Amino acid sequence: MSEEAAVGCARPTGGPVGEDPISTEKDEYKPKTEAHAMIKIGKKAPDFTAPGYHKGEFTNIKLSDYLGKWVLLCFYPGDFTFV
Amino acid sequence: MSIDSMFTHKMWDDDELSKMVDGGIPYPMLSDAGGKVGTVYGVYDEDNGVEARGRFIIDPDGVVQGYEVLTPPVGRNVNETIRQVQAFQLVRETKGAEATPSGWRPGKATLKPGIDLVGKVWQAWKTDQAFD
Repeated sequence: MSEEAAVGCARPTGGPVGEDPISTEKDEYKPKTEAHAMIKIGKKAPDFTAPGYHKGEFTNIKLSDYLGKWVLLCFYPGDFTFV
Repeated sequence: MSIDSMFTHKMWDDDELSKMVDGGIPYPMLSDAGGKVGTVYGVYDEDNGVEARGRFIIDPDGVVQGYEVLTPPVGRNVNETIRQVQAFQLVRETKGAEATPSGWRPGKATLKPGIDLVGKVWQAWKTDQAFD
């Protein structure tokens, strides 16, 4: 049986159901996730590389290659979302 | 940039976006599978595995001049983003000698911060200038 999924602008996700999977590792071995602060205005934008698609070609982009230009870096929830 | 692969980006551009924009999207569509970059920029939503509508203005020195982050159902205002870039460019060109008051857009008066302007903004700038 399947339910009709609500279609919204957030990308639908699933996840494990029921009890947590049994972990063979003790808690102390779990990797710690560091809390990330929002980046600050007036400070350097963190550099990164990312694969991408640009006008018919696959490409690799490095933010610091754009030094000397104004950059608009835009994130969005996902391709084919509506807004 | 989104968590989608570059393959999905191509499909979206080919099948939908190129029907809205002649020639398709003119700038690189970046892939951030796993949300690593989004995490550093504070826009990755771990619970849903997606990135919020974050928009960062980065100047030629690589410095973040401004940002805006919206939840998924509300779209951005592109004109406002362009206006902000124009304002930051003006401030940079004048090396900070001019500042852009509320409601500024190209053609409207700027302010020249300095000792003579202290307490005198009410003479140099009127409230209706905040509105279009």
